Amino acid sequence: MSTAGEAIQDHDHDHEHHDHKATGVTRWLFTTNHKDIGSLYLWFSFIMFLVGGAMAMVIRAELFQPGLQLVDPHFFNQMTTVHGLIMVFGAVMPAFTGLANWMIPMMIGAPDMALPRMNNWSFWILPFAFAILLGSLFMEGGGPAFGWTFYAPLSTTYSSDSTALFVFSVHIMGISSIMGAINVIVTIMNMRAPGMSYMKMPLFVWTWFITAFLLIAVMPVLAGAVTMVLTDKYFGTSFFDAAGGGDPVMFQHIFWFFGHPEVYIMILPSFGIISAIIPAFTRKPLFGYASMVYATAAIAVLSFLVWAHHMFTTGMPVFAELFFMYCTMLIAVPTGVKIFNWVATMWRGSMTFETPMLFALAFVILFTIGGFSGLMLAITPVDFQYHDTYFVVAHFHYVLVTGAIFSIMAAAYYWLPKWTGNMYDETLAKWHFWLSLISVNVLFFPMHFAGLAGMPRRIPDYALQFADINQIVSIGGFAFGLTQLMFLWIVIKCCRGGEKALAKPWDGAEGLEWTVPSPAPYHTFETPPEIK
Amino acid sequence: MTEQNTQRPDNGRIVKRLLVTVVCMFAFGFALVPLYDVFCDITGFNGRTKNEQAVVSAGEIDKSRVVRVQFITRNNKGMPWDFGPELKEVKVHPGETRVVNFLAHNRTPNNMVAQAIPSVAPGEAALYLNKTECFCFNQQPLQANSDTVMPMQFYLDPDIPEHITTLTLSYTLYDMTANATADVLAQMSSAE
Repeated sequence: MSTAGEAIQDHDHDHEHHDHKATGVTRWLFTTNHKDIGSLYLWFSFIMFLVGGAMAMVIRAELFQPGLQLVDPHFFNQMTTVHGLIMVFGAVMPAFTGLANWMIPMMIGAPDMALPRMNNWSFWILPFAFAILLGSLFMEGGGPAFGWTFYAPLSTTYSSDSTALFVFSVHIMGISSIMGAINVIVTIMNMRAPGMSYMKMPLFVWTWFITAFLLIAVMPVLAGAVTMVLTDKYFGTSFFDAAGGGDPVMFQHIFWFFGHPEVYIMILPSFGIISAIIPAFTRKPLFGYASMVYATAAIAVLSFLVWAHHMFTTGMPVFAELFFMYCTMLIAVPTGVKIFNWVATMWRGSMTFETPMLFALAFVILFTIGGFSGLMLAITPVDFQYHDTYFVVAHFHYVLVTGAIFSIMAAAYYWLPKWTGNMYDETLAKWHFWLSLISVNVLFFPMHFAGLAGMPRRIPDYALQFADINQIVSIGGFAFGLTQLMFLWIVIKCCRGGEKALAKPWDGAEGLEWTVPSPAPYHTFETPPEIK
Repeated sequence: MTEQNTQRPDNGRIVKRLLVTVVCMFAFGFALVPLYDVFCDITGFNGRTKNEQAVVSAGEIDKSRVVRVQFITRNNKGMPWDFGPELKEVKVHPGETRVVNFLAHNRTPNNMVAQAIPSVAPGEAALYLNKTECFCFNQQPLQANSDTVMPMQFYLDPDIPEHITTLTLSYTLYDMTANATADVLAQMSSAE
């Protein structure tokens, strides 16, 4: 550590040697540079995306036809559980943290994140968390098999011996997220360049600022929930055990008090990304900047008032069901404001359709579909039919895959020239987009119908009448999975070379990140820029 | 550089506040447990009955109304006792005190201890069900291969809303042999 610390002090004193950095593996282990840490986060999330995706392939292969063919039900349950955990905590959240690390300092004209050493820690504990989680799969009795929501008593009375590993890995993920969030908040509050007032910040910065507060508020509650599971299972407490005076339904309340804000944690930064990309390729400023900020804040506040809509079938009083139903439907209003603003930004703009824009447009349409199925699920009486069916699976994959993941891909294409100094291969990228767009809809759209027809989620076998739909879905799944290898190749190719990128490769793009050369120098904005 | 130096203590202040928030939210997660209990007791949410002895009925009986009270029982997974109510259903006037016996038979060769956990549907009715005596208040010991009759005395609060004409009281029986309280164990050994 000491050499790295000295190296950094040297940089501070010596502006001539900006790009001098440690070499070899120690550069990455000891780095406190926001761009290095951003890259580490992004690569890590990409690897986790492929690992979680491989698990999805196992799930879809087993569901290709009715009956049990490839894996036994217990392993199937481990796959659905760990797929969910990896995609949420390993792929989507670290990808956003990586984007935050790379872009927030450059967007607000800061030289680095405010707490660079904590930044290093918050990344480097993550691989250990996932090594523990993935390692538990190889233990006797298997890994977690109770669903990513780990409902008690599945996770307490009926779980395998490796549950403690699951609990500790979630603790580490939580600590990592909290440290990342603290860093983002302090950076945004203290490191903005002179003249960069709050209402001049790019929306990506704003949405991350609000997301960071959500993380600070709910990740500790998740830590509490897993701790209670741990003590219930191993130390004889009865938080969720009715025999000892506890209540398993209370688990669901505590979990979803975390869980619902969590889903906004996974989508608010997307809103920021899309709000950067659409104006750039429309060559018009974003319509309704202030309303975007207020809508994001409104969504964040409302996210704390809707958790029980995940629990309509637990036997709540009618009043509570109505309260949570109306609060949930209310979220459609600020979300609608956002969609309206994006469409209004495009109105009469000079639009071009480079890959980031294609992903952003697909996001707007497909995320809206996911939003509408969410509205359907919010309606209490019909939720009794949809609950725990493939309709729910379709809904949250539309908002998370074609929502969060598509926005991350849009962000990657949009900022890759800035990160690498090279343009990505536009032809391949267009192929990647169109194949993803088609396969993702073949994958998830029929799930709506399977769910409406009554197919339950989290099962390795199903009734014969669902065979055709599942075959189509699985084919879409394999196609979507393979297509992502193409993305991997495009990113690697872009890192290795290609047409040199200009400082501002997109002519409509706005923001401080485009005022520095491409690739962005190792240190940027050591002298704060002037904000008009 | 000077600017950064002035910012450093400021960073510390924000970090401290955020860490305090994190600790508070962690504590809040645990505070939800008692809060949930209080919330359920006040609202009857989740069909929980008051798990303590109610004051004996004042005697004001509303003869104009009849409420059906149904009893169901189930055993938690792995609980080998036979357990059930003597009557499946009683019709009572609000305010009227009734006793219903529950029968239990331990058909294992081991002395065991059980705990019954009540739940009422609809949840709203839980607020108006007053138990003056119940086997569910305490753990219940039972010798190997023996029977017991466990009484439950209750009355419905006369304020019970008009629209509640039927309520169901459910008991789930849990095996608590491994977690028996000291006085129950003493009770069981003295009976031997």
